[in-house]
Amino acid sequence: MRNPQLNAAGDLTHLLTLEGLPAEIILRVLDTAVPFASIAEREVKKVPLLRGRSVFNLFFENSTRTRTTFEIAAKRLSADVINLNIGVSSTSKGETLLDTVDNLVAMNADMFVVRHSQSGAPHLIAAHLNRMGRTHVHVVNAGDGRHAHPTQGLLDLFTIRHYKKEFRELTVAIVGDVLHSRVARSLIHGLTTLGTPEVRVIGPKTLIPSAVQSLGVRVHHDMREGLAGCDVVVMLRLQSERMRGALLPSTGEYFKHYGLTGEKLALAKPDAIVMHPGPMNRGVEIESAVADGERSVILPQVTFGIAVRMAVMSILAGA
Amino acid sequence: MALPETLPEAEETLLALADRMRGAVAFDAKFVGIYSGGAWIAERLAQVIEGDHAVGYIDVSFYRDDFSRKGLKPEVKRTELPFAVEGATIVLIDDVLYTGRSVRAAINELFDFGRPARVELAVLVDRGGRELPVEATYAGIRLVVARDLSIVLSRNGEGKLVLGTEASGA
Repeated sequence: MRNPQLNAAGDLTHLLTLEGLPAEIILRVLDTAVPFASIAEREVKKVPLLRGRSVFNLFFENSTRTRTTFEIAAKRLSADVINLNIGVSSTSKGETLLDTVDNLVAMNADMFVVRHSQSGAPHLIAAHLNRMGRTHVHVVNAGDGRHAHPTQGLLDLFTIRHYKKEFRELTVAIVGDVLHSRVARSLIHGLTTLGTPEVRVIGPKTLIPSAVQSLGVRVHHDMREGLAGCDVVVMLRLQSERMRGALLPSTGEYFKHYGLTGEKLALAKPDAIVMHPGPMNRGVEIESAVADGERSVILPQVTFGIAVRMAVMSILAGA
Repeated sequence: MALPETLPEAEETLLALADRMRGAVAFDAKFVGIYSGGAWIAERLAQVIEGDHAVGYIDVSFYRDDFSRKGLKPEVKRTELPFAVEGATIVLIDDVLYTGRSVRAAINELFDFGRPARVELAVLVDRGGRELPVEATYAGIRLVVARDLSIVLSRNGEGKLVLGTEASGA
């Protein structure tokens, strides 16, 4: 069966996950994001590429940063952006997801940016559009359940490439709540596809999925051991809101073992960069001095995220 | 319409273009090459034409009028204009002037950086066939070329410019 993200010509038409996406498509997004990044420096921070197209932000789950950066990206491409706050809209009146989509397609939607707490919701929408022959309507997954967050993965890859140039000699550590993290899953798929020789995940047993080694990563439960010699340290947010039951003794205890401090960071390479997808819990997974320190690239990640999303939307719209 | 028996030498045509610009172009005119051929020509012209000619580069991919039909090309380069466009005299430089659509896109992009005082156009080859009211201020040579052929500028291993033809996709 064909990869549902690709059209008959093999072009990317929906972005649902980085899993199984060929390296050349990932690299094309990263390459295309470079010229988009410079648009922010212009007097007119806009290009006319998606003029006359309508991008619908369908957020079934809360998000400020991701929704905002998608909105800015679409507006810098000159698209019209419509934000739907689904929580207080039709679904609460009983309309199904696909009925909502069909109604928006009837309003001439060209692209859906979808965030949903259920894994697979963006895939369901894309498959529905493909089945209905709506091949000119595109879907971008902006995070679905624990499954994937491909644009975050791509912006993480863009950030790593910006500072470290080449993936083939890197050691990357992803630290913390891997169990609940779609960000970690997307990044791991991207890093391995681009040939990163060593990807480590670091965290307590209760927050590391049992089959994670099958993704080609090494597991460390001792953070000091895991950070040794790393080029890139990616901290994850402790997702307390998704935790049911006692996975952790306390956030203080968690910080003691898995919080990133200057002293622990000293174990990584001297030029290692520190990343975090946000929002950050200062004093829980990362110390303020590190988050604001000179090796932190957390705010550049946000800026790059706009360029990467512009690249994704233009590539999809041109398919 | 017939193809000329042989295409002119690109290097000679470049010198002819430089001769036409010399004395006519403003001393502080900025030379902005349209990727990729125009970028090579802009660099060469800045070397051989007296004056204070800063060089910039434009990739018009984000401003093209055929995005809906063709999508984005695989390798988009970064537009770099390392000077203030506001109030400047700009010479847009391209290898081949044909329909005029790339020039239209380049002018639109230029204005997103500021309001230039004056915009001129220099091209190595003007092959006619305009679809827009765009004309070159300076042209190295004017040729008549069959519609199904594209004129392509390339750069050989020694850095010399070479003109060739390809069957056009359109």
